[in-house]
Amino acid sequence: MQIKFTLNHQPVTLEADPSMRAIDLLREHCGLTGPKEGCSTGECGACAVWINGVTRLSCLMLAAQLQGQSVVTVEGVNPDSPDTLHPVQEAFVNCGAVQCGYCTPGMIMTAAQLLACERTPSRERIREAISGNLCRCTGYHKIVDAVEAAAQAMDREIS
Amino acid sequence: MKVHLPESLDALWDLLDQHPQAGIMAGGTDLLVSLRAGKQHLPTVICLERLAPLQTIEPLDQTLRIGAGVTLTRILENSLVHTHLPLLHKSVASLGSPLVRNMATLGGNICTASPAGDTLPALYVLGAKLSLASAKGRRILPLESFIQGPGKTALAKGEILDSVIIPFPAGFGVQHFEKLGQRNALAISVVSFAALIRTQDNLVQRARFAWGSVGPTIVRSPQAEKALEGNPLSLEALLRVADLARAAVEPITDVRASADYRRRVAGNMVLRLAAL
Ligand SMILES: Cc1cc2nc3c(=O)[nH]c(=O)nc-3n(C[C@H](O)[C@H](O)[C@H](O)COP(=O)(O)OP(=O)(O)OC[C@H]3O[C@@H](n4cnc5c(N)ncnc54)[C@H](O)[C@@H]3O)c2cc1C
Ligand code: FES
Ligand code: FES
Repeated sequence: MQIKFTLNHQPVTLEADPSMRAIDLLREHCGLTGPKEGCSTGECGACAVWINGVTRLSCLMLAAQLQGQSVVTVEGVNPDSPDTLHPVQEAFVNCGAVQCGYCTPGMIMTAAQLLACERTPSRERIREAISGNLCRCTGYHKIVDAVEAAAQAMDREIS
Repeated sequence: MKVHLPESLDALWDLLDQHPQAGIMAGGTDLLVSLRAGKQHLPTVICLERLAPLQTIEPLDQTLRIGAGVTLTRILENSLVHTHLPLLHKSVASLGSPLVRNMATLGGNICTASPAGDTLPALYVLGAKLSLASAKGRRILPLESFIQGPGKTALAKGEILDSVIIPFPAGFGVQHFEKLGQRNALAISVVSFAALIRTQDNLVQRARFAWGSVGPTIVRSPQAEKALEGNPLSLEALLRVADLARAAVEPITDVRASADYRRRVAGNMVLRLAAL
């Protein structure tokens, strides 16, 4: 089946099995290894991507569902200046919110989506928002620090 | 496996007619997990996500009609749900994780008919009705008759759930939901409990209770409800109700908890109402 969609802000057309999982299409056919496969059952959030601006789990989607949609992976999270880091990515680096890094792309997608909707979420709200993204390394404190720092940086930029 | 994404109900009816063995998929958070685990094999999947009529939330005379394809995140964001159906709001907020709720639909939670389905106890006490649609037309069924056993529903071949009709519980000042899981996010309930209570002059006029994960389907107990009516919402009255609740449930032992533990908790959850 021919699948046409927008991938990281560029139109793409691919020939693929419509019943393969979206994560396999992105990783194997498109070479984007940002989305990670942790659990393949919706529990870890490592495979999170944006579909039409909503964070969804690419391990629980079929390739056919991407038809006509806009898909953004962590590789395309900063479209205005693709060669620099998104403020959330920068904050993850500065706050030491990355250890093995396996959960990071999914965390970034969830956090950046949260900050696109809410300018200054509380720590409690941040914890709730990332509750579908599991991290086995950091103990979450530094991740919450990073999201808070990113929120402050982005807020300063706006005002 | 073939995948279809019909964009109109007419196209859906044709597909259902041509592919009688097809599976129906809404958010896919149950279906794709079960396919991947090899518990099911399907030649064809028909996705409902592009059917606009399944995507609306509309008020209609003291009820809210929620399209079966509306995601749980959209339900949480809806101001009418917030104002008029706080019980539904609480139960939806307890399901899965934000990422799961961005995909999972209300229709999917109902059609999966799991004894642990987290929206079900709330929908039972709210008296939800289901609108089932097929090429032949529509029929309305109460949720309680739709769910027939674990994973078993009254859906006929060629039929889908198109919307859920939920009456506003006017006058019910207490709208309580509690879910006990093994952790906060991403936990399947060990026991869940929904209650609606209407009081007048500090006496309970009407009580409606439902428990999840303590029987093959959601458990109701008219005896427990009657026992509370006419009494104040006191610990003394609730202790009697809790005993009736423990008698009504039929829990099993599984990896998450023992039957005995579930039975005790089902009663203890009722006592929480004394603190409200
Ligand atoms: C990580 C994870 C955590 C979860 N946590 C919870 C939890 O805490 N509580 C809980 O209750 N559930 C939980 N679930 C289960 C699941 O997310 C919910 O049951 C969800 O509401 C299912 O909706 P869906 O749209 O994804 O259904 P789908 O998977 O698309 O469909 C489920 C079933 O219903 C049928 N179906 C769906 N919509 C219709 C329709 N409109 N008409 C006819 N048939 C239909 C499908 O054929 C299929 O058999 C979890 C799932 C995952 C992956
Ligand atoms: S791989 Fe998708 S949620 Fe874990
Ligand atoms: S940094 Fe290793 S899983 Fe989060």
